[in-house]
Amino acid sequence: MVAWLHRRRGLTPYMLLAPGLGFLAVFFVVPLGFLGYQSLQSGNIDFGYAFTWAWGNYKSAVTDYRAEFVRSIEYAGIATVLALVLSYPVAYWIAFRGGRWKNLLLLMIVAPFFVTYLIRTLAWETILSDNGLVVRTLVHLHLVSPGGHLLATSTAVVAGITYNFLPFMALPLYVSLEQIDQRLIEAAQDLYASNWKAFIRVTVPLSLPGVVAGTLLTFIPAAGDFINAQLLGAPQNHMIGNVIQSKFLELTDYPAAAAMSFILMGAILVGVILYARAVGTEQLSGSAV
Amino acid sequence: MSTVAIPARPKTSVVASAWAFVRRHTLTVYSVVFFLYLLLPIAIVIAFSFNQPVGKFNYTWNKFTFDNWRYWNGVPGIQSAIVLSLEIALLASVIATILGTLIALALVRYGFRGRGVTNLLIFLPLSTPEIVMGASLLTLFLNLNFVFGFWTILIAHVTFCISFAVVSVRARLVGFDRHLEEAAMDLGANEWVTFRKVTLPLIAPAILAALLLCFAVSIDDFVVTYFNSGSEVTFPLFVWGAARIGAPPQVNVIGSAIFVIAVSAMLVNVFVQTRRTKGAS
Repeated sequence: MVAWLHRRRGLTPYMLLAPGLGFLAVFFVVPLGFLGYQSLQSGNIDFGYAFTWAWGNYKSAVTDYRAEFVRSIEYAGIATVLALVLSYPVAYWIAFRGGRWKNLLLLMIVAPFFVTYLIRTLAWETILSDNGLVVRTLVHLHLVSPGGHLLATSTAVVAGITYNFLPFMALPLYVSLEQIDQRLIEAAQDLYASNWKAFIRVTVPLSLPGVVAGTLLTFIPAAGDFINAQLLGAPQNHMIGNVIQSKFLELTDYPAAAAMSFILMGAILVGVILYARAVGTEQLSGSAV
Repeated sequence: MSTVAIPARPKTSVVASAWAFVRRHTLTVYSVVFFLYLLLPIAIVIAFSFNQPVGKFNYTWNKFTFDNWRYWNGVPGIQSAIVLSLEIALLASVIATILGTLIALALVRYGFRGRGVTNLLIFLPLSTPEIVMGASLLTLFLNLNFVFGFWTILIAHVTFCISFAVVSVRARLVGFDRHLEEAAMDLGANEWVTFRKVTLPLIAPAILAALLLCFAVSIDDFVVTYFNSGSEVTFPLFVWGAARIGAPPQVNVIGSAIFVIAVSAMLVNVFVQTRRTKGAS
């Protein structure tokens, strides 16, 4: 096979690519086309939908569900920043102080992924419930008024999102910190930089690809999430994912739901591009798998 | 840190010395707290799998029992949901790994036109929110009048697994030495023998890693499955349905079991890797 492949070297890569890329073309690219087609249809489930260039679907999606769109970006943004702040010190600690325990510590970072997503979110429901440990402690510390809640608040939703996507942030951070040549930091110190200054001027810039990758890997799934808002939030905490989900699967208002999906994807794409401009495309392409 | 000499304090209390320890090891202490936070929900899941709940909601601790583990399939629908999840994960990970390995081989070993498009096609599914992927597949299947069920779930899972397989295999193929294949052929091995005896063993760990990753991603998927399952119920869908009326402790049992199995597999992997690097150095 290999020699035969060698003889037709020009064709070989395409034959290796064909089955997988063909599958992705049919079941990833074409469906996006159908989603766009559906988003411009009008009608209803009983009488059928017809393609009418119904751009109004997009307009009403934005005007009717502005709050949910804004909330999605807001919650996902806060959760991403929290995840970055929470996991950077730990990623640093594992990369520079982990020693021979590195692999084990990394395993602990990804451990939450081994518990089904829905089950670990339900565990937070238990932890944050009204007679759970956290609420009782906060009431005791007078941070929450007696009879106060955490469940069904925006705090609970953001906390859930932060927790659920934390490993997506911590892992790329670790990878980029791990690759830093220790001698660069020593050089900075030899040149009379304080520990803090060496950290700010050398370590942080060198870890930027990890920050970019982690931010994207956290923000993108977080913005489309509806599970945390459903299980830990109240209806007033619902995100755009909740609306898309219910329009598709409960209300069968396919065109509106398809339009919202496209807006969500477009908003994320624009955000990613602006972000890439801000931090430099080099970092982005470095992080692109 | 202090440059001014401080006269020795007459007595250092336990609190003071503990505080001094914390200050010296801030980062370590913080990391320990971080891991406690990270692992807390897992501990809760496992602990409550041994709880005998009062009423429908398994929220508050009542009484220790082994019954949930003994009667793990004592809730209607849970066993068939687990079986379906395992079937889908097994098939999807095998198919996606085969397709993904071929793509990774092409990307790592050949220069060809269209590399940019290929990379884009691999990267896009990873950067698309799951809900958009689920919704777009739903509209495809709706418009083409597919019957929702086993096959639509399987197709959806293969779709989101392929990119994971490519990334996972490619990461481990980068150091692949092609001279080994050429050496085998110089020694008279034909192409098939070379592939079977040289290439495949060399990339086997990469393939295994991709299989495991795809399996894990597939068995955990909720969103895409939810959009494309019809009336079929996988384990995450079962949990979703059960959560609305109070999830039975058996859900915790299965969650704990998946966790223990996955972590054991990973621990073995970490152990083997550590020994291998030790042997190498």
